[in-house]
Amino acid sequence: MKFKIIIVIGLVLLVINSACQNEGQLEFARYYSAGSLVYQSKCQNCHGKNGEGLLAMIPPLTDTTYLRINKGNLACLIKNGVKGKFLLVGKPFEGNMPASGLNQVDIANVLTYVGNSFGNKLGTISIEEVNNDLSICK
Amino acid sequence: MKGYLIASYSTLFFILLSSCNVNKNKILPILGDRSTVTRIVDGKTTVDAIYKTIPTFRYVNQYGDSITNKNLDDKIYVADFFFTTCPSICPVMARNMLNVYNTYKSTGDVKILSYTIDPQHDSVPILKKYADKLNVNGNMWWFLRGRKDQTYMLGKSYLVSIEEKNPAGEYIHDGYFILVDKQKRIRGMYMGTKPEEVAKLVEDIKTLKEEYTNQATK
Ligand code: HEC
Repeated sequence: MKFKIIIVIGLVLLVINSACQNEGQLEFARYYSAGSLVYQSKCQNCHGKNGEGLLAMIPPLTDTTYLRINKGNLACLIKNGVKGKFLLVGKPFEGNMPASGLNQVDIANVLTYVGNSFGNKLGTISIEEVNNDLSICK
Repeated sequence: MKGYLIASYSTLFFILLSSCNVNKNKILPILGDRSTVTRIVDGKTTVDAIYKTIPTFRYVNQYGDSITNKNLDDKIYVADFFFTTCPSICPVMARNMLNVYNTYKSTGDVKILSYTIDPQHDSVPILKKYADKLNVNGNMWWFLRGRKDQTYMLGKSYLVSIEEKNPAGEYIHDGYFILVDKQKRIRGMYMGTKPEEVAKLVEDIKTLKEEYTNQATK
């Protein structure tokens, strides 16, 4: 009897767990596909189709280490733009990225897209996370 | 009378046929307005087409050197209009123009002229920095600064439209790359934001170069 209950509980947990996982995957897919459209219309002209950037003019989005370490700053960077000298793992860029004018939802979308394309693996960057990060922009 | 007509028809036909033969090599069209002049040569009247050409101009390049159309004598060139702070189409245009640059930079008779439409901001040092960021050196690709009204006028000769700054601080300009031949006639226009059109430009430059080598060997 006790044994049966344990099995049932185990099964229930398994079902819940996989449902959550599916929900998570679904959520990721939603962010990612919406983000790919934002990227095409708002970022691709500068950063390139494959995130390759443009020589010394525009930095690539393929620097996985940089993006991982600075994950918490990206929302502010995209909302407000970047100006002046900028150090991307040893390579200096001195350019100007205009403020994007995107809202939180689109920032989360595009960050999830960039964060999981071009070799990056940051997982879903949610609206809550973006809101949080935006509240402490420098 | 009838015989005369037939004769002139057959001459016309013959001319058409023979021009087909001569033009075995692909020849690029000549764009822009044209006018005709009638001349009398050896007692015969001939009608020549006069094609519109790019007028004379004086600019300064990214090295601070003065550039006039004299510097383009015997050169094929590609022209475009840009400004260094342009956030929208210019990075794409630069990315695509680099293909033209890298394909022809060692040939000597092909040049690229990028005219800034914001000379107030785009000083010579800023243009130089812009060139550096694109790894552009030497004298194939010039970034040119001149009087704004002159540039706007010149834009019209290149068949492109440039408008004043809009409230958002951006200039509206179309992103055409214009192919100009050694007689300073326009031979092609390509949307500089579209990689496939720029690939065609790279091909067409080759065709245009062949036109001159064929002439030389005739
Ligand atoms: C007008 C061109 C332009 C556009 C459009 C643009 N960027 Fe940028 N971006 C830049 C430049 C230039 C820098 C470097 C800034 C500096 O040098 O100060 C940069 C830096 C960045 C960085 C930090 C450095 C790096 O490479 O990781 C990220 C992340 C980034 N951009 C993402 C985006 C995203 C996402 C979008 C679309 C919402 C976007 N950018 C749109 C030009 C642009």
